[in-house]
Amino acid sequence: MRRVLVQQAPIDITAELEALGQNGAGAVASFTGLVRATANGHPLAALRLEHYPGMTERALTRLAKAAQTRWDLSGCTIIHRIGRLTPGETIVLAAAASRHRAAALAATGFLIDRLKTGAPFWKAEEFTDGTTAWVRARAEDEAAAATWDEIGG
Amino acid sequence: MRVLYFASLREAIGQGEEELTPPPSATTPRDLIAHLAARGAPYSAAFSDLACLRCALDQEFCTLDTPLGAAREIAFFPPVTGG
Repeated sequence: MRRVLVQQAPIDITAELEALGQNGAGAVASFTGLVRATANGHPLAALRLEHYPGMTERALTRLAKAAQTRWDLSGCTIIHRIGRLTPGETIVLAAAASRHRAAALAATGFLIDRLKTGAPFWKAEEFTDGTTAWVRARAEDEAAAATWDEIGG
Repeated sequence: MRVLYFASLREAIGQGEEELTPPPSATTPRDLIAHLAARGAPYSAAFSDLACLRCALDQEFCTLDTPLGAAREIAFFPPVTGG
């Protein structure tokens, strides 16, 4: 199975992981990204997430297919939220299921590393003092995404 | 051609979308940017830092030097920050 969603609504993580484990998998691995309480030491009121409708879904579907080609997965799920999210809320769920843990764990790392640099989402921070700022891309994220090129299939 | 702007670029330009007929001399996103920047404010400032500009043609990431070809949609935006 392959499940790719972009939504405003909260993610039912338990239900998603249970569904992913239905097809005879022996392992389900997942990454959950949350809104932090602070950014650069300043308390956050919320994150606003914007995306490029249409392109986002294409990019995430391609990413899920790439993971399924590279590893023997029984399933793969990417759900990314958009809109205004407050600290502690889930932003993204990336998960993979396989017969044994190694493939599921590696695929999950691949999915989130590549999602960060390869899908058209943008975050703006709303601070508790009323100011806002666009989040800047991090060189570390580019490096993490690139390591999957070097590791090879 | 449909031109889309996202995130800080949308805010700088003051709109998220516009229709544009590229001049015949514009064959790449970089040419189109020069054409837009020549309009003056707010485009000139929005497109002043090309190192922090990314683009997509028909919803596929591309470089500033990718041929526009027959693309019907182009999007300009800052580096992505999802996840």
